[in-house]
Amino acid sequence: MSPAGTALPHAPGFIANDTPRIVTSRFEYEDSYTLERYLATGGYEGIRAALGRPPAEVHGEVRDATVLGRGGAGFPAGVKWGFMPPNVWPRYLVVNGDESEPGTYKDRLLMERDPHQLIEGCLIACYAVGLSRCFLYIRGEMALAQERVAKALNDAYAAGYVGRNVLGSGFSVDIVLHWGAGAYVVGEETALIESLEGNRGMPRLKPPYFPAAIGLYGKPTIVNNVETLANLPWILNNGAAAYKAIGTETSPGTRMVAVSGHVERPGVYEIINGTTTFRDLLYNDEYCGGIRGGRALKAFVPGGGSAPWFTPDQLDLPFEGSQIGPQGSMLGSGAVMVMDETTDIPKAALSLTRFYAHESCGKCVPCREGGTWLERILSRVVDGNGTRRDLDLLLEVGASICPGDFPHASNERLGLSASPFPYQMTTICFVGPSAFAPVHSALTLFPEEFEARVRDDDPSDDASTDRPKGVPVELKGLTHGG
Amino acid sequence: MADQPTDAPPALTITVNGASVRCAPGELLIAAAERAGTYIPRFCHHERMKPVGMCRMCLVDVDSGRGPALQPSCMVTVAEGMVVDTESPRAKRAQEGILEMLLVNHPLDCPVCDKGGECPLQDQTVAFGPGESRFVEEKRHYEKPIAISDLVYLDRERCILCDRCTRFAKDVAGDPLIHFIARGNETQVNTFPDHPFASYFSGNTVQICPVGALTAEPYRFTARPWDLAEVESTSTVDTTGARVVLQSSRDRLVRVLGLDSEATNWGWLSDKERFAYEASAGPTRLVEPLRREDDEFVPARWSAASSFAAEAIKDKRVGVLGGARLTVEAQFAWSAMLEQLATSVIADTQLADGLPAQLVLGLPRATIARACAPGGVVVHIGADLKEELPTLFLRLRHAIQNDGVSLIELTPGATSLSPMSAASIHPVPGALAQAARDAVSGTGGAAYEIASRLLASGRPVTVIGGRGNLAEDASFAAEAISTIVGEVDNVRFLPALRRGNVHGALELGFTPGFGPGGVRESTGNQADAVGILEAAANGAIDTLILLGADPLGDVPDADLAQHALAGVANLIAVDLFMTDSCRYANIVLPAAGYGEVDGSFLNLEGRLSPVAAKVTPPGQARSDWMIAVDVAMSAGVDLGFDSLDECRMALSGAVGTFAPVDWSGLARAEDGQLLDLTRDWVPDLVPAVVAPPLDGYGLRLVVDRTLWDLGTMVQESPSLAGLANDAVLSVSREDFERLGVAPGSEVTVTSSTGTHRMAVQSSDTLPRGAARLPFRHAGFDARRLLAAGEAVIEIRVSAN
Repeated sequence: MSPAGTALPHAPGFIANDTPRIVTSRFEYEDSYTLERYLATGGYEGIRAALGRPPAEVHGEVRDATVLGRGGAGFPAGVKWGFMPPNVWPRYLVVNGDESEPGTYKDRLLMERDPHQLIEGCLIACYAVGLSRCFLYIRGEMALAQERVAKALNDAYAAGYVGRNVLGSGFSVDIVLHWGAGAYVVGEETALIESLEGNRGMPRLKPPYFPAAIGLYGKPTIVNNVETLANLPWILNNGAAAYKAIGTETSPGTRMVAVSGHVERPGVYEIINGTTTFRDLLYNDEYCGGIRGGRALKAFVPGGGSAPWFTPDQLDLPFEGSQIGPQGSMLGSGAVMVMDETTDIPKAALSLTRFYAHESCGKCVPCREGGTWLERILSRVVDGNGTRRDLDLLLEVGASICPGDFPHASNERLGLSASPFPYQMTTICFVGPSAFAPVHSALTLFPEEFEARVRDDDPSDDASTDRPKGVPVELKGLTHGG
Repeated sequence: MADQPTDAPPALTITVNGASVRCAPGELLIAAAERAGTYIPRFCHHERMKPVGMCRMCLVDVDSGRGPALQPSCMVTVAEGMVVDTESPRAKRAQEGILEMLLVNHPLDCPVCDKGGECPLQDQTVAFGPGESRFVEEKRHYEKPIAISDLVYLDRERCILCDRCTRFAKDVAGDPLIHFIARGNETQVNTFPDHPFASYFSGNTVQICPVGALTAEPYRFTARPWDLAEVESTSTVDTTGARVVLQSSRDRLVRVLGLDSEATNWGWLSDKERFAYEASAGPTRLVEPLRREDDEFVPARWSAASSFAAEAIKDKRVGVLGGARLTVEAQFAWSAMLEQLATSVIADTQLADGLPAQLVLGLPRATIARACAPGGVVVHIGADLKEELPTLFLRLRHAIQNDGVSLIELTPGATSLSPMSAASIHPVPGALAQAARDAVSGTGGAAYEIASRLLASGRPVTVIGGRGNLAEDASFAAEAISTIVGEVDNVRFLPALRRGNVHGALELGFTPGFGPGGVRESTGNQADAVGILEAAANGAIDTLILLGADPLGDVPDADLAQHALAGVANLIAVDLFMTDSCRYANIVLPAAGYGEVDGSFLNLEGRLSPVAAKVTPPGQARSDWMIAVDVAMSAGVDLGFDSLDECRMALSGAVGTFAPVDWSGLARAEDGQLLDLTRDWVPDLVPAVVAPPLDGYGLRLVVDRTLWDLGTMVQESPSLAGLANDAVLSVSREDFERLGVAPGSEVTVTSSTGTHRMAVQSSDTLPRGAARLPFRHAGFDARRLLAAGEAVIEIRVSAN
């Protein structure tokens, strides 16, 4: 790896390019995380500008900019803010810094390298929606991010940017830091709220109540991703129109993408939203610079570990949600995982499925039992102990988690046409379906790799050989007397 | 769901499997469908708890206008025009999938599982399941059942993690002692290390467990569900009158389940109500009449025993203690018999540990539903309801947490409800009456101001009043209750007496100053329990009858009780067990107990509900009403009835309160029949006696009861007997620190009765200046500190 910038006292990861820099503009300064550097580079000007305008106007500016949520769902933040019921107080802003999607590490960099930008984004959001309390939830494992955000927050309090009467405007806000305890599912907003309240991180069912109506402590709550909020200072400084001038109408601005796997230069890139294609990202010298060792690309995951896979057939798709969905996947949290021709596909799928099975919170039966069941069948197959029937069983178990058609990409080689996003699910949150997504993608796009791994079923067995001995077969004809 | 507006007219229509269903707004889809005859399978949903959508079994196709989608029907509230298909291929596929996954790690040890035969997982697998499993890997393994408390075992292999027990413990009981630990496929329910699931309500988790994961120690491996015979009845364990199902196998009671009665217990039971059946099923029951010859008891025939009793009653001056164990019919039969045979009768069902009868009978009576109705105010005067009337505690806790009921406490110390009370006032003994006046006027601090504001708010007020401190004269509680009821508008009273059918006994005149039907009498029966014991001790009566009373154990003045029992000429004991008091008797008559008699029970609201016989009484034990009829017969008197039905007709004819009772409909009425207890008289204000001024050195004693004590019912139930702790003197943290001793060390306690040694501990629930001892516990008998006739008990505690 050879980063374009100078050596930084940060964990490596960010690679600069020629894209306009909205959220990573300070990343190459050695002291990018300090208040001094932040102030020297236009810091806290956005909140100053916001405080000079009525909150509704600030809210309008953000709504006009169409900042898509960067946590995974891609919902416009300004619209989300508008879902809070009027005149219900208190209300809260919760910042989702529990970035744990496999392949995703952009929020960590934002918190480590420019914590003040995030804090300023929180201030702008709080001012726009009329909040006086913000909870900043940072993933438990991100020690450096925690340290830098905490230091930055203390400095910001001391300098009067946070706390009572911000910059003499009469607007007061408190930001409360909270460290997670290490659970993937807490990246889901309702589970994050449960965790903040001191409960087990388990998702709440929505509907009936979305956090905007009934959230933290039963009060209206906005949950925003770190990157989403980090965009706000730039928007307030430069205006929504300038923001919308970058990218496309439906996906304006830039976005951060974390690339991992078999490319020459894996790392985090700030790219133009909506127009940059996967081919640009993976092959251009400005970005990843091609597949490792000049090998052929076999498959890639376009939006974090839970997204259905793409093959080279989809390389020319841009980072534009409205185009990715119909093609059978999602942009998710901005993580691209690349697999070259040497990749053992069943093993790669097992690696991802094992993660989601392990991270199931245990609440919904299909995820708790089905995820582990998938993992166990798949490891049998990977180890060469599976049969043909196990491959059907994988899809059958998956159908109990996600009934109906599961999204997948088109594939010319196999003559497949795309099945669009999203899917139905029997679970509350996406952890259960995420355990199935890699299995389904791998089986659908690379069936021959599985066929080669399994042996034929023993023909002397009857149609239901998988049934263990001693379990009654026909219960359905019985009537229950009690 | 109880908090749904079931009285409101159905306002919207949904379609379930093609049929129109009218629903109330806010109703859950799963409930609406069930009402319309479509049962949607479920495991985690429970109608008395908040839905969690955990098991995913109730997924059905719901179309709210945007096309059908799978939704958990336990979390979807009905909406106009909603189209629901519970049997679509997709819904069936989802249900089959869930069941297959629930079973992948379920051990399928149904043949040796107590739940087998009544197991929702079994039943729904048969009805909705795929019928076979494709899971060939090894299942999850855990240590087979682990004891999570003295009463409950947990088999984690069977558990399907539905969150019912854990939700109950946290949300309903307020004892969050069981919890999910670990996560994903390794999630399990367990206790925290060194903190057993020691909840008074632990048995409910066993009842609501949808599999055999939780089992109750008393029932484990005693019966198979298909061998059980059952009958609906009412718990006579305390005055709440919780509705129950009694289940027997081979003519032995083996299990008690809570019945969901909207009026009383909502399906919940305390562990005492659930497990104290063991006492009547136990081996220590009296099984034949016994007659004292010299210093020994010898078996007697019933005819001889009845004749002896008749002789001791006929034309004699008779005193009666007890009666709360009896059914209303038996209470009537005994009072009719005594009325006809004896020259004079003095009777008291309260053993000097209750409230003046004129308040209980005369104040306008509240119902539990009124106390718990949304938006009300409850004033609680007395001891911790969790200890005294645990099922009422659950109802009140729910009302405070969910329905906006405001609680004002006037209790000797902090209670289980204090953390959620609006105003928590803990006067030291002797200050209760004044505290009640201050709560009305709002003087004395923030809590009093809040209380005063709430009392003057015009919201419906219910006073739940009992005796919070047996070491404080009853007149303090009486005056406090009278003050609130007298000074506040829109107020009613719910008496928190705790002993069984005490309200039936009061209604039938087992109390000084009143005849049957709450009629005031200024002559005749004018002696309370203490007066009766004194009369027995000094020969003012000829015969003392103990109707299920154990004055040696229960009357605060134990010396007086002992003198009375030893001194009276004739002592007749009617009981289930040979209690200490029975040992003084001339004749002991064995009575039929819980689950062995038919009859009815009057609860604290004045609600008459049926108690039912399920098993035959052991040996020659017989129903109390039959004993009364027999004794009358032996004296040559015909009471005019010799069947339960005739007895009920006579009761309706003789006692006005019972005149409107529809006896034939009683067994069918789910919530019993609420009797009209309106009186044509108004109770007098009972002024508190004057307490001596506080001195700076002594502590004032609080003596109260706990659910587990040395009482007969608990001690005769093998599973419960060991649960009572030894008595330890509790003092406030400040007073404890002043003593400068280690927790649990022995200290010297001096009262007017002498000097005693006992263990001491610090307590965060007591106000400074108060000390607490539990009543009827091993270790130290609190009554040794009590002196008859003192308004409050002052003690001095010193470290050596």
